[in-house]
This record gives sequence, C-alpha cells and structure tokens, in this order.
Amino acid sequence: MAQISLQNLRKIYPNGFEAVQPTNFDIADGEFVVLVGPSGCGKSTLLRMVAGLEDITEGSLSINGRQVNNVDPADRDIAMVFQNYALYPHMTVRKNIGYGLKNRKTAPAEIEAKVQEAAKMLNLVEYLDRKPSQLSGGQRQRVAMGRAVVRDPALFLFDEPLSNLDAKLRHQMRIEIKSLQRRLGVTSIYVTHDQVEAMTMADRIIVLNGGQIEQIGTPAEIYHAPASTFVASFMGAPPMNLVEGRLDTGQVMIGDGIALGNAEGTGPVTVGIRPEDVELNDQGSLMFTVDLVEELGAHRLLHGRLAGQPFTVHVGKEVVVGAGDAAVNIKPDSIRLFDVETGAAR
Amino acid sequence: MTDISQDPHATPARRIKWGRVLDHAILIVGSLFMLIPLLVVLQTTTTTDIETIKNGPELLIGTQFDDNFMKAMFKASGFSGENTGTSMLINSMILGLGFALGKIVIGMMAAYALVYFRLRFATFAFWLIFTTLLLPLEVRILPSYEIAQKLSLLNTYTGLIVPLIASATATFFFRQYFRSVPEELVEAARIDGAGPVKFFIDILVPLSQTMIAAMFIIMFVFGWNQYLWPTMVTTEEGMYTLVRGIKQLTQDLEGTNIPEYGRANMLALIAILPPVAVVIFFQSWFVKGLTESDK
Repeated sequence: MAQISLQNLRKIYPNGFEAVQPTNFDIADGEFVVLVGPSGCGKSTLLRMVAGLEDITEGSLSINGRQVNNVDPADRDIAMVFQNYALYPHMTVRKNIGYGLKNRKTAPAEIEAKVQEAAKMLNLVEYLDRKPSQLSGGQRQRVAMGRAVVRDPALFLFDEPLSNLDAKLRHQMRIEIKSLQRRLGVTSIYVTHDQVEAMTMADRIIVLNGGQIEQIGTPAEIYHAPASTFVASFMGAPPMNLVEGRLDTGQVMIGDGIALGNAEGTGPVTVGIRPEDVELNDQGSLMFTVDLVEELGAHRLLHGRLAGQPFTVHVGKEVVVGAGDAAVNIKPDSIRLFDVETGAAR
Repeated sequence: MTDISQDPHATPARRIKWGRVLDHAILIVGSLFMLIPLLVVLQTTTTTDIETIKNGPELLIGTQFDDNFMKAMFKASGFSGENTGTSMLINSMILGLGFALGKIVIGMMAAYALVYFRLRFATFAFWLIFTTLLLPLEVRILPSYEIAQKLSLLNTYTGLIVPLIASATATFFFRQYFRSVPEELVEAARIDGAGPVKFFIDILVPLSQTMIAAMFIIMFVFGWNQYLWPTMVTTEEGMYTLVRGIKQLTQDLEGTNIPEYGRANMLALIAILPPVAVVIFFQSWFVKGLTESDK
C-alpha cells in the first residue's frame, strides 16, 4: 500500500526531446489511476520513470514519503506488467512467478506457498509446470499478473497490458484486473491508449497529451466536463461533437443565428455537445441532416451535419431514422464551451 | 516427404519427374565424391602395409584391422615413446573442448558487455573486435609465439588454448542474438531483483542454449583441426595433438622404413570420429540455433 507523489517530474532525452513536461500529481493509497493519451504522449515514459527503468531528469518522485529518484527498480517495492508480458521463456510458470521471490532470498517453502496462492487466485494452478510458449495469450497475461501479485508490492504498474489480447479477452481481463486490484487494495498506475479501458477501470484518469497533463479527474468528470477540446475529442466513442459557434447577446449561436443556450461573453467559441445529449424531436428547433446511419445493435449513431458542420447523434435502438432531415433538440445544460484559440474549457 | 492428401487406394499414373532424378543424381555423385576417399582410408586400415604397397587400394577387406588399431592407439612413433594415439587423442580432446568452451565464454561475455551496458564507444569497440577477423593467427603467429614463449607457455595446455580463444566470430553471433532478446525481459528481471550477473546466468545463458550449441559445434571442429599453432607451441611429443601426430607418422614414411599406411590411416580415421560425433549429437540444436529463436 502506498501513496505516490510526483513533483515537477520531467524527462528530457539525451537528444533534447522533452518527453514529459514538469508533472505534478499525487496518488492516494489503494487508488487505481489510469494514464491515458495518444501514442507518443509520454504516458509510458512517465510510468517507466516511476518504475525506475527510465532516469528522472528533474523533479522528485516519492513512494510513501521516501524519495526514490535514485533507488534501483528492485528496491522500489513495485511490480510491473508489460505489454508483451515479458515472461522468461525458458522457465515454467511456477518459476516465472517465483523468480522475484527467489532473488529476494525467500525460503523455498515460502516461495512455493506464495506461488500456489497466487496461482489459485489467477486460476493458474494446472498450468504451473508449463512453459509460457504452451499458454494462450490470456493465460500468459495472468502469469504476468501472478508475477506481480506474488511479491505483494506497494505499487502495481501496468504498461498497456491488454493491448495484445483480442477484444473479447480484453473485456474479460479488464474486469479481472480491476476486481483483483480491488481485492488486494494495491495502489496502481495503469497506462493505456484505450479510452474505454480508462473509463471503465480508473478511480481517477490522467489525460496526457504532448508530454503534459490535460486533465485529472474521475471518469465522470473527464467525460462530462472535459478541460479541453483535446480531452473532449479523445474520451468517449464517438467523441464529443465540436462545432464552431459564437457568443452574442448572452446566447450561444451556431450557423445562421441558431441559438443553443445561454452564456455570457462575446466572440467566437467552440461548442461541445456529446452525441447522446441530442434527442430527435419533431418539435425540435434545430435541423440535423442525416447522411449515414451506423447500426450498433443496442443503439444507432447518426452521422450528418448540423448547421453545415459535421455532427453525430446517438439514439436508442427503438428510434428508427433514415437519411434526410430530422428535427432535434439539445438537452438543457449539456453544452460545453471551449476557447477557440487554446482549446481550454471556458 | 509424404503426401497425405493422396488417397492410398487410388493408383495415379506416376510420372517420372526428371528434375527430381537429376537432383538425386547430383546428390549421389556428390556424396560418392566425399565418401570414396574415406572408404579408401577404411580399406587401408584392414590390410598390412606390405599388401598396400604392392597392390594399392583394393576392394578386398583385410584382417589387420585389430592389429592396425592397436598399433595406432598404443604404439609410440617418436623417440620419447610418449606420443601414442591415446595420448594424442586426449590432447586433441583437451584442445577442442578448451578452444570451443573458451571461445563461447569469452564471446558471450564480450557480447553481453557490448549489448547490455552503456559503455562509451561500445560500437567502436565492437568494430575493433570485428576487424580482428582480418588478422587470423597465421598473420600474427610470430608475435603470438613470442608472447607465449616469454610467458613460458610452450608445451602447456594453457599455451595451446589461450592464445586462440579470443573470438570475433563468437562475439558477433552472440551480439546479434542478444540484440534480438526483447528489452522488456531485462526490465522485468531488473524489477524482479536480478542484477547483471544473475540476469546473465539465470536468463541470458539458458535463452542462448541453442546458440551456444551451434557455436560449440563450429568451434570444436575448428579447434580440433588446428594444425599450425599446435605445431609451433608443442615440441614435446607428449603434448602432440592427433592432427599434427599424423604428420609425424607420414614423415616416418620417408627413408628406408616400411611405410606404415595402416597405422597412419587408422589414426586419420580416429581423428575424424570426435568431430563427426559432436556434429551428429548437436545437429538438431545447431539448426535451431541458426534458424529459429525460442523467445
């Protein structure tokens, strides 16, 4: 169990590239934090700095109040699960899981007991004598988890652990990892580029872009009140609709004077509307032109144009619409305004 | 190869594939070309020297095999009486094994340092090692001999083996192999608390098994067949290796002695066997090591 604190943590590679701009955040004991962002945003670098696999250029990293900037990865009391599992190919599952304990001079009987316990927890008991090459992707993933769990570390680090699995297995492992983390109550940092994983697993999400933090918040906060157009378009599938509008006489206007709601100020503004915050309504004041209907079973996505700008609307499976014009309403209080220049929320 | 898609009951008109016949003809001619000298050697070991001198190689298989074998293995040919076939076989074995193991150990450790440690000028160091391929023993034999002599390593196993074991080839192969080992493995090991030595012994060496086996074959045969260096370094007959001992026998053929064809050929035969055994034993590993990576 541990609290993690990052103060002005910064990474500059020898070639001068600043992978992580000075970053500050704290992680509470037992919290599951997901770092999410597009590839190259610095999320893996940040994780690897916490792990000790990457040198920290500036700033301070502490685990449980102890500064660990220069502590060897083995002595940070962490465990890490890698994207490609990084199992030792020549060792059996039993030895893979027990290797970390063996290096820490644990007694053989105790290693065996702990390995058994971890294997039971992860449904690996019958595979203990197999080599990694004889296991399926999901089982290998579980062995990697076992290797992390068995050491009873203060902090779990996950580096895109599910991206090598197929969609169905990924869904299942997502739930397994989350429930395991709940049960053990170990503080965790999880890196992913998949916003669905971030939304479903996190206690708190940290959205990164271009080496800096865009927003920190609970999944609900991130989803409903994105701090920038980047977060708005990155989180959620389909992403939030962003249309060009302006503020005029206390109104948010788009197109040729279509009012969406009330807001103070003047000048151009980016208007963000979640696709599900729009409803089809014959009495609706807005005209939405449907170009394409995407059938997803449980619901449908209508892709088209609103006031001449690309727009997506999310409707339930009971709503039947074809291509053409449809009147829509936007739910009250559901529009978000962003600065046109900076993309920051207003 | 068996064609499992074919119905065994159907009898398709078998066409003779001339391309395949030609392939086999080439292979057969090739193997005869390799085998006949060996068969001549084998034949000669079964007859007496006088018969060989009178009739040359024959199709006849004689009765002297045992006799020639005893002479080859246990009779000394030099003055001191120490260079029997047995002692030469042992010396060759020590040279072959020491040469192969030494090259593997040195090559692996050099490659490990080059690949896994952030050394300054690591690439430069590697190319420096690599260029020694251009300087085989024959080029540097005089300075090498001088050093061995000054360190009083003449007529010792150390002198026979150590000057030969620095190996650019092994370093090169192991370097390429280590570079293909995924980096996460090192990182996982670091987090698991394995230091550099542990990682090398627990992870890298077992992973390199097939590569080690492949290197062992090449290097053992290479070491076994060393001729020039052992000739230079060993002057005591007790230190002679098989390859140079056979030469000693053919020197005896000059002069008025009865040439010992049977014995010399028997020794040649014995000299062939260990490398062949090593190749046969490690063959499947060898192919694996060079083609597939078990990661």
